[in-house]
Amino acid sequence: MANPYAFKRLPPARVKDRESTAAMDEVARFTAIAEAWWDPVGEFRPLHKVNPVRLAFIRRMLLDHFGRDESQLRPFTGLKLLDVGCGGGLLSEPLARMGFEVTACDAGDRNIAVAKVHAEQAGLAIDYRVAAPEDMGDERFDVAVSMEVIEHVPDPQVFLAAISRLLGPNGAFLGATLNRTPKSYALAVVGAEYILRWLPKGTHDWHKFVKPSEFAGYLRHAGLDVRTISGMTYIPFRDEWQESGDTEVNYMLYAVRP
Amino acid sequence: MAENRMSRPLPSPVLSVDVLVIGAGPIGALTAILLAQAGFDVAVVEAGDPDRLARPGSDGRAIALALSAQRAVVAAGLWDRLAPVAEPILDIQVTDGKAPVFLHYDHTAIGDDPFGWIIENEEIRGATLARLEALDRVRLLAPARVTAWNFDGARVTADLADGRTIRAALAVAADGRPSPTRQAAGIGITNWDYRQSGIVCAIGHEKPHNGIAHERFLPAGPFAILPMTGNRSGIVWTERSDLAPAIVAQDEDLFLAELSERVGGFLGKLRLASPRHFYPLSLQMADRITAPRLALVGDAAHGMHPIAGQGLNLGIRDVAALVEAVVDAGRIGLDPGSPDVLDRYGRWRRFDTVTMLTVTDGLNRLFSNQVVPLRLARDAGLAAVEHLPAAKRLFMRHAMGVVGDLPRLLRGEAL
Repeated sequence: MANPYAFKRLPPARVKDRESTAAMDEVARFTAIAEAWWDPVGEFRPLHKVNPVRLAFIRRMLLDHFGRDESQLRPFTGLKLLDVGCGGGLLSEPLARMGFEVTACDAGDRNIAVAKVHAEQAGLAIDYRVAAPEDMGDERFDVAVSMEVIEHVPDPQVFLAAISRLLGPNGAFLGATLNRTPKSYALAVVGAEYILRWLPKGTHDWHKFVKPSEFAGYLRHAGLDVRTISGMTYIPFRDEWQESGDTEVNYMLYAVRP
Repeated sequence: MAENRMSRPLPSPVLSVDVLVIGAGPIGALTAILLAQAGFDVAVVEAGDPDRLARPGSDGRAIALALSAQRAVVAAGLWDRLAPVAEPILDIQVTDGKAPVFLHYDHTAIGDDPFGWIIENEEIRGATLARLEALDRVRLLAPARVTAWNFDGARVTADLADGRTIRAALAVAADGRPSPTRQAAGIGITNWDYRQSGIVCAIGHEKPHNGIAHERFLPAGPFAILPMTGNRSGIVWTERSDLAPAIVAQDEDLFLAELSERVGGFLGKLRLASPRHFYPLSLQMADRITAPRLALVGDAAHGMHPIAGQGLNLGIRDVAALVEAVVDAGRIGLDPGSPDVLDRYGRWRRFDTVTMLTVTDGLNRLFSNQVVPLRLARDAGLAAVEHLPAAKRLFMRHAMGVVGDLPRLLRGEAL
């Protein structure tokens, strides 16, 4: 893994297996990668750090959306959720623990293999598939989640339309991505920690970051109305992320089918 | 019958739960109850027979439940049963030997709440076990013993002596001072033997105790008289370890005579209301209170001198902090045994534990001493505290356990 961050949220176009499969036993190899994905102080530390904020946002929006009891440990029992671009399953597993029946897809077969190994170790039943949203056929979900994926996708409009088609009548969508602002440009170049080390320093992929207005526009075109947009801010001296009103760099949004 | 509980069939040889608690004593049971109430599936493995645990017979030992710890007991649904057998502590009087200097804490100086309550051990054990067994999310396996642990990976695995296996995201060791679980995890301890023993018993007396707890610093060590229900008091009498067995073995009249000399005449004629026991006193502290997929709570993490009656309270603070860290993570779907959860628990408890151990150890050394200048200094110290209302109120709030970065449960808030 020359660059551990480059394969984090694999866009379909960039999928390639960089490692030789000749020598190592597949399961052992994926187990080793799973350990890296799930090591909270390892290469994916930034993702682990930001996860509580994303999960708290999802939980809060969906408790309200479905009118579920917030005192419950697993309030979303009986609801079907699709995690698009699930990577190693860092969101899928907590969402399964919250009670959702989780289907999770990623275009990277290595990601899916890693996610499957870890979910089995954790004792969680998650339906992982190597797939893009347009491959999901006639299935319908109550919720679709796609976080830190859209900035890697060749055509966000097509991508979000495919997700929207999978949502049922009272469906909800939750997304997260990076805003395209001078601030995020500066941080992308100088302070990777602030944007989760999503991308190698100085990358030109900043041009693929998505403004909230653009995100909302794609969603509206796909038949979904944005209800809430919320920022995420990195607090350096506490080494923690917080939800905030600052959407200049990282932000999350919640949309519904009206 | 224990037999019925033991033979409750498991659906498969592998039992999968969120949290595995080792030990069904008050601390382990409280952990399991609070987690189960929050929605976690919990297994409790206990080496002893649950019927004997629930009805151990009075051993004369009582515990002091501080105000903050009582809030956790209330949250666990135990207070309705315990309130009738809990004697509130309304005043605390501290004396240094027979010196006239008094330190007198009156709870009304800082509000309406008592400092805490004195409750017999067997009542706490009975109440926690009964509640444990009433909860659907708790499975009690007893008597049972873990023979092999595997702390690696996404879940901890415990193999039981009877061939069953339990998998959990988190294991909690509440198996007391010797803590086989702590040993299996390779966590070392630091130990200090005081060469003192605590002689404990319950006494009945002619005159009422008026809800006053007495702490006396006698030459051999601290001596406490704790108000219990039914016009009884609990005695914690510190003696040199080489003398304690002989004192306890004396016939009843001689024992009572020695006891009366230390208690004084204010309670009138005394009688024994329980068997007499003695326990060697030592301070013990685990080098760490967490390891991968494992948290230590209560005596497994730290054993202290009983001078301040804080042992169980410190354990309940462990439980409240751990449960809060686990519940906060669990609510957003995070792995309850992840390093983040364990780090939060470890950091949270470290300061409190070290402070309490140091203070109780220091108090004992200071007061188990007859060097004249030291005596004078500590008498002056007690007098100074008595005459500094602010300092005194802080001491009192410490006794109540309402100082510091308290978990929600200890502040009386919902989890």
